[in-house]
Amino acid sequence: MQPVATTFFFYLLSGAAILGGVLVITRKNPVHSALALIMTLLAQAGLYLMLYAPFVAGVQIILYAGGIMVLFLFVIMLVNIEKVQKQEQFNKQWLVGIVAAAALGVLFVLVYMKGESLFPKHVVRLAEESNTQEIAVLLYGQYMFAFEIASLLLLVAIIGAVVMAKKRI
Amino acid sequence: MTDATKYLSHLELGEPDQTFLDSNELIINMGPQHPATHGVLRVILKLDGEKVLGTECVIGYLHRGVEKIAEHRTYTMFNPYVDRMDYVAAVSNGLGYCEAVEKLMNVEAPPRANYIRVILTELNRLASHMLWLGTHALDIGAMTPLFYTFRDREEILKIFEKYCGARLTTHAFRIGGCQYETYEGFERDVKNFLAFVPPKIDEYEELLTTNRIWLERTRGVGVISGKDCIALGVTGPVLRASGVKWDLRKAKPYAAYSDFDFEVPTGQNGDTYDRYLVRMREMRQSLRIIEQAVGKIPEGPIMAKIPKVLKPPVGEIYHSIEAPKGELGYFVVSDGSTQPYRVRVRPPSFVNLQALDVMVRGALIADVIAVIGTLDIVLGEVDR
Amino acid sequence: MLDYIQGYLSSNVTPGQAGNVFWATVYILIVFGAISVAVMAMNWLERKALAHFQIRLGPMRVGPHGLLQPIADAIKLLTKEDIIPSGADKFVFWIAPLIILCAAFTVYIVVPFGPTHAITDLNIGILFMLGVASLSVLGVVMAGWASNSHYPLIGALRSSAQMVSYEVAMGMAVVSAILMTSLHGLGMYGVAANSTGTGTLSMIDIVKAQQEQHVWFFFKFFPLGLVAFGIFAIAMVAETNRAPFDLPEAESELTAGFHTEYSGLRWSLFMLGEYAAMIAVSSIAVTLWLGGWMRPFPHTLGGETWDLVFSLFPGLTFIGLAAIAFIGVVRMPKHPYFKIQTAGLAGFGVALGLIGLILFVPPVRDRIQDIYWFAAKVAVFMYLYIWYRATWPRYRFDQLMKVGWKVLLPIAIGVLILTAIMGVLL
Repeated sequence: MQPVATTFFFYLLSGAAILGGVLVITRKNPVHSALALIMTLLAQAGLYLMLYAPFVAGVQIILYAGGIMVLFLFVIMLVNIEKVQKQEQFNKQWLVGIVAAAALGVLFVLVYMKGESLFPKHVVRLAEESNTQEIAVLLYGQYMFAFEIASLLLLVAIIGAVVMAKKRI
Repeated sequence: MTDATKYLSHLELGEPDQTFLDSNELIINMGPQHPATHGVLRVILKLDGEKVLGTECVIGYLHRGVEKIAEHRTYTMFNPYVDRMDYVAAVSNGLGYCEAVEKLMNVEAPPRANYIRVILTELNRLASHMLWLGTHALDIGAMTPLFYTFRDREEILKIFEKYCGARLTTHAFRIGGCQYETYEGFERDVKNFLAFVPPKIDEYEELLTTNRIWLERTRGVGVISGKDCIALGVTGPVLRASGVKWDLRKAKPYAAYSDFDFEVPTGQNGDTYDRYLVRMREMRQSLRIIEQAVGKIPEGPIMAKIPKVLKPPVGEIYHSIEAPKGELGYFVVSDGSTQPYRVRVRPPSFVNLQALDVMVRGALIADVIAVIGTLDIVLGEVDR
Repeated sequence: MLDYIQGYLSSNVTPGQAGNVFWATVYILIVFGAISVAVMAMNWLERKALAHFQIRLGPMRVGPHGLLQPIADAIKLLTKEDIIPSGADKFVFWIAPLIILCAAFTVYIVVPFGPTHAITDLNIGILFMLGVASLSVLGVVMAGWASNSHYPLIGALRSSAQMVSYEVAMGMAVVSAILMTSLHGLGMYGVAANSTGTGTLSMIDIVKAQQEQHVWFFFKFFPLGLVAFGIFAIAMVAETNRAPFDLPEAESELTAGFHTEYSGLRWSLFMLGEYAAMIAVSSIAVTLWLGGWMRPFPHTLGGETWDLVFSLFPGLTFIGLAAIAFIGVVRMPKHPYFKIQTAGLAGFGVALGLIGLILFVPPVRDRIQDIYWFAAKVAVFMYLYIWYRATWPRYRFDQLMKVGWKVLLPIAIGVLILTAIMGVLL
């Protein structure tokens, strides 16, 4: 399939993602922040689609937007919003903030200047038609061990959550 | 002190926890405008998530001062008012009041009147149980039985209408007997009804009795022991479902009940499912009573000889009958005048409603609905 | 222009795959319109069928046999006062129904109404459907929270917990169906006995796999396909919050659940989203287990004669509906008062009959067949939804969770493992 209006959609989605990101930290109401975060995640899923990675996009929607954010909202909904809104929104950590921003800025500048030599020049093979299958081959072949380790980590997390929640029952 | 906290004094909301998540306890106000509280019952629930920590019933939204009205009406004039208490079982209410005044005056209704009274009262019991079944099932989420029971209840109301001209608040009986002779074809209508209803009851049972979801929703829900029932004064099917075989029709027969052969169904577990079964079996027993009665209505007068102006002798009387919902008692005090000095009603719904808190503590919100349904309360009777 | 249309008609890929923006847009509009009409029809059918289950007549006043009732309802809802409760979070309150609606309609992008009748064919089709469908939970949660009231909040909590937990069992059942796209199993199903084949997540390829294997996945590895389908069929009812799992909207407990505070247009968006979601999950079930657009017995009753016979079905169905309408005309009361109604019903019957006749024309017949069979299979599910609602009481919340986690999930995992074993070992 030939992509249509790629530039337009790229800037649309990137703009949405950035706007969402800014809103996440500037909104006082945590529910609004969470919604902005969802917007960012969905825009990201769109960007993945444009990068011919439909599987990653699908997983992004299911796991982040559909699963994790629902749990986020679930918790936030039960929080006393009025109390939260009275709390201070930003920590006044100017020094650390400036250092982090500067580091990020330097990184951006470097990427911009040396970008051509940093990334492979040849056109990336578009594996749209068999994208899912290739991810499966990689996950269950080359990166089998890492994959299993990650699943073990998740299992530990589940057990930990159950044990911690058990106290209250 | 706000309204809610006043009522909730005994529920004692714990100190809201000062951490980020102070969501532990939630007060929810169910009613008085709520689709499943059967009228204008207001239940304040203290919840932990979905779990009920305590309840408080707020009643009185339908209070009309029926007992006070009685003090300003003659004995005869007060008779229609009692129909407005438990309006789905108006005939039973009338029977209780008429018999109480008859007892006070030392008259007995003639046998023919007693038979008519039994037939109509049992028909009314069926109508009341049908309405209960429909609304109870609707509360638990089964829509369809409601329409089936209303279709069949309609047949009963038709008989009432033909007999006394009214469908709901019938005022069917008079002190001393019955006002009306049975109409032409009364026995035929009742017999037709007797043939018509058993398959319909089978139909309800088919929809619910072995339905897995129904079983899950009703078994072990709202359990109350026989001992607790007696301690709280709970009567009727709720008491019998807890294993106590107490039915005033057997224990202290009134009207012509001693002439008939019927069983008093009881349950063992005292849960919602047992109450359902008890009422279903009661419906079949009622049919049995009607069947025996309609075949042999004795000939004779329908009114005892009573004076035109009723002046019962000075004294007091407590008379109770087995209404569809439980023991319906009338305590009538006479000072010898034409008007009662005091009438006090012991309504089964009011007393049974006390059991709500015992039955739902530790249960879930959905169980509260099921239990309100299974208690079979009528707010007109609770508030009077 | 004509060449263009001709060129399209003879193409054998979906407009999305062909990268044809014009046709993709046309398809999107058609699908959007058709789903909206289907929702309205479903609304009328549900009220009618439910009424007949319950010895009532249902809508009878607006139009003959209440046929115009959905339109009347729509007008009523659109003109109704739109109330936003005080203390509600206006923005979130406003956007929640839109999220549900968008989630419900977006999934139709990949629904294969036919081998070429889909907006597009994504490589991750089924994953996309499940993912986007799960986004409607967000709308529910937001609606419940933004209403600033206890009942919607509890309704939203219940609903989100319910949807999230049933998605797990649903996903497991779906995975076992996806496994079947590649597994041969004794070489019984057309795939060569020693090839493992390549599985697929694409909705169109899943149906094509069933076509190649000469079996609906419903029957494959009997009874594994059947059990997986059963799990999905239960989970999808829970997922769409319909009876007997309609706790979020349990009217006897929580009045109307998460949309208690909504009215007018916004409320109707919730309803539109709910019904669209019902059709969407039903089409997943049809695609995965019931052979999608395939007609019944495409192989055992193969050959040109049978093809012809089955291709007459769409036309016959509409002629049959027209006949029912005409029976209605005959049975209308002969009274001047009913003149317009009778004429309207007759006109409706004529319209149905004409559609039926058009569907007999060979080129149309061939194009429309797959859509017809797909819609017919989905319609069966829609009827089941109504049937469930009329028959069963409602589960309690903890029981619902128990069913989801302790019954459906273990069975689904068992089926998944057995399917894999069947496929690999045999």
